Amino acid sequence: MAGPTLLKESGPREVFCGLTSIVWLHRRMPDAFFLVVGSRTCAHLIQSAAGVMIFAEPRFGTAILSERDLAGLADAHDELDRVCKELLQRRPEIRTLFLVGSCPSEVIKLDLARAAERLNDELVGRVRVVNYSGSGIETTFTQGEDGALAALVPLLPASDERQLLMVGTLADAVEDRLTHLFKRIGIETISSLPPRQSTDLPAVGTGTTVLLTQPFLTETARLLRDRGATVLTAPFPLGAEGSRRWMEAAAAAFHLPDERVATVLDPLMDRARSALAPHRAVLEGKRIFLLPESQLELPLARFLQRECGMELVEVGTPYLNREQMAAELALLPDDTPVMEGQHVEQQLDRVRASQPDLVVCGMGLANPLEAEGIATKWSIELVFSPIHGIDQAGDLAELFSRPLRRRQLIRPGLHPSSPDHPVHA
Amino acid sequence: MQLTLWTYEGPPHVGAMRIAASMRGVHYVLHAPQGDTYADLLFTMIERRGQRPPVTYTTFQARDLGGDTAELVKRHVREAVDRFQPDALLVGESCTAELIQDQPGALAQGMGLTMPVVNLELPAYSKKENWGAAETFYQLVRNLLKTQVPTEVEHDPKSWQNQGRRPRGTLRGPSLLGGRCRDDVLEVQKLLTMHGIDVGVVAPLEAGIDDLKRIPDADLNVCLYPEIAESTCSWLERNFGMPFSRTVPIGVGATHDFLVEVHSLLGLESPAPDEGYRRSRLPWYSESVDSTYLTGKRVFIFGDGTHALAAARICSEELGFTVVGLGTYSREMARPVRAAAKALGLEALICDDYLAVEAAMEEAAPELVLGTQMERHSAKRLGIPCAVISTPMHVQDVPARMSPQMGWEGANVIFDDWVHPLMMGLEEHLIGMFRHDFEFVDGHQSHLGHTGGAGAADHSGLSDIPEKGDGALHWTEDGEAELKKIPFFVRGKVRRNTEAYARDVGCREISSETLYDAKAHFKA
Repeated sequence: MAGPTLLKESGPREVFCGLTSIVWLHRRMPDAFFLVVGSRTCAHLIQSAAGVMIFAEPRFGTAILSERDLAGLADAHDELDRVCKELLQRRPEIRTLFLVGSCPSEVIKLDLARAAERLNDELVGRVRVVNYSGSGIETTFTQGEDGALAALVPLLPASDERQLLMVGTLADAVEDRLTHLFKRIGIETISSLPPRQSTDLPAVGTGTTVLLTQPFLTETARLLRDRGATVLTAPFPLGAEGSRRWMEAAAAAFHLPDERVATVLDPLMDRARSALAPHRAVLEGKRIFLLPESQLELPLARFLQRECGMELVEVGTPYLNREQMAAELALLPDDTPVMEGQHVEQQLDRVRASQPDLVVCGMGLANPLEAEGIATKWSIELVFSPIHGIDQAGDLAELFSRPLRRRQLIRPGLHPSSPDHPVHA
Repeated sequence: MQLTLWTYEGPPHVGAMRIAASMRGVHYVLHAPQGDTYADLLFTMIERRGQRPPVTYTTFQARDLGGDTAELVKRHVREAVDRFQPDALLVGESCTAELIQDQPGALAQGMGLTMPVVNLELPAYSKKENWGAAETFYQLVRNLLKTQVPTEVEHDPKSWQNQGRRPRGTLRGPSLLGGRCRDDVLEVQKLLTMHGIDVGVVAPLEAGIDDLKRIPDADLNVCLYPEIAESTCSWLERNFGMPFSRTVPIGVGATHDFLVEVHSLLGLESPAPDEGYRRSRLPWYSESVDSTYLTGKRVFIFGDGTHALAAARICSEELGFTVVGLGTYSREMARPVRAAAKALGLEALICDDYLAVEAAMEEAAPELVLGTQMERHSAKRLGIPCAVISTPMHVQDVPARMSPQMGWEGANVIFDDWVHPLMMGLEEHLIGMFRHDFEFVDGHQSHLGHTGGAGAADHSGLSDIPEKGDGALHWTEDGEAELKKIPFFVRGKVRRNTEAYARDVGCREISSETLYDAKAHFKA
């Protein structure tokens, strides 16, 4: 059967855990606080992933378990109540408190659902407490957002009004732009999950058509379906083509005339093509290797191959949900190696053997590869940057062309010729 | 359970990683869940290393927990050994693995590996990063040297005198993510070499397993970072009789004391007391007239134990500052920090809650903060200048240029780094003098736009623009003309004084006469 070649491997992995998604979730909802119930490692992870230091008092923190908490569970629940109250006293503006499970809290089976329920009873009318797991034993990186949004689904008010619901964190400006475009093609009611204020939750019901903005929201999608919503399957809104198909899927679900959609989107496509042109000139024919991390790898590979002319050496993905990715897989060239899971050492062997022009990888691997003479792009940057939509296609391509342009700018003589002995070890 | 927003130290296994990554030929197999690999970025991003730390993570997931996680550990150990062929293997666990009790260290020791295997037990729920680093270094050295421990201790640090060679010291404690270790090592090597003392093994930074085995060949251990190396130095002293120096050479006084201590341990004649004055610019710069303005500047100090103690001494003895707060997050160093604070008439702040540190900082109302990156942010919020003196590290704390803290050059670096955030002496006077000139008046834009001149922002509140609602006073044309003749840097003051005088005497119109009346009034 034609299509990409689906492969699997397992072994040591170099990926973030789901706690990392707090770094962008807390910025989306300024009235929410994310309290990880975990260890010093969890606190250190978020601090390090967040670019080490963010100014001001952050809206996330860790309730660090100590030996005393591990001794007896009843004690841990009392302690958690105390920590939550201490926190809310200090931060009276917080309206939603997410209790986030971690590896240690999962292993000792600390029941955060029960804790959330208990705190909800006590804080009713003031703060809503929900829980989810961001633990590394259960979630990878962006899956943390899936957990957080899934935890909000039961709280969404019910309404069967006809509406479009965009699910997944978007930059505010991108959200505004997409909303504006959907209105122009004729969709009246559009809302977002997560909302900009945690208390401003969108309604859901049989009239709700869901478009996922991100490919990692499997559980959230399932729960929304259970609430009566229809979840569309489409390529994800990365790149001009993907974004257009994504919007067209919504337009079709709302039975809007093709001509109207084309009138709005055609000029955007023309503009995107000219925005892409200079980047395509840099990227065309270049070979890219995507290591698994953000779960955006498949849609990005599709964009880079189809719209930027790049050659796909290997497309890694932490896990593969074939149903949700069906539209993306269908757009990849035949025989593209799609690798689910990871054995980081063997994968790096393949990187070295194939000598790609660009590697998408995590922050732990980027500089070591650069020192070996291989250009890289951080995958975490792709979840922080406003890259969704037709209008952003040029900016998205620029994220990949920049490292290559930079290599052309810096005198090659500055780097030693032998890549076997990195000088900056 | 402790609510933590930012943390000064990572978990103890990150300390172990620091030792492994600092050395050559050491590999660390860490039994840890998926996600703990974040720690790699501390080395590749913050230290900007071009090599991955030598760590294999077992990265177990929930589905592995139902199965045989012990077998998973062994598989990763075997693969790591085959692939990396290390000279020594460290095996340990992170916080989550500690809970499932697979005892990976013992498992690895039972695998019949040919290289030394060190079983690291680092309690994640009670200890922290620096302790983990110290324990790892100690366990590694002890494992490699325990077979060499003599039955009778007969180490003589002065034996070089009879062996026709130069005395030899070894440096203990420099590590990755430990501060300015890279440059401190070079500076201390230079310092000791200049005094005819050879530097043998430096460890853990850049040391191999064979280097560690050679440690007892040296006459003396130099303990540069007690947080990391004191336990190892003590063990070497107890078992091999190797003495170690306890003075950390940060600052001119401490560098001198360090040299005296090392010379005396080795049976050398003490160096000249004025060496610091000749070799470092700090003493003269501090004496120079421009530094008069540093007198009594109120300084708040917080950091790891070593750097906080050093800063307190430099501030009080070498820069003429007044220390108004002193503290550390290193509980292991609480005792000496408490003693140093007491000697300065203060109570030490031993604490790892950065908000409590910020509160103490605000309470102490300092003019300069010497702290970590956390205090830098707190100081920024409070509008206080700050210099970073200690870990936890930020990419900015790994400068491209040579920038030690230790030795004579380190003292120079410290003078610049701590004094520059304050305004320079003459500059301060000039800004005071010119603050009423239009360049400093509120609303004036510097050539750089909004980001420009410190004076523009800092002194806008002191502008001489008449306050709103002050319309009762009126300057006549001839009054304004007279005012303009006054040098611009005192014009504002004259305007304010004249208006104050006019209000006092009930005069609503200010002419040149009023101005002279006022002048006479204030001179009288």
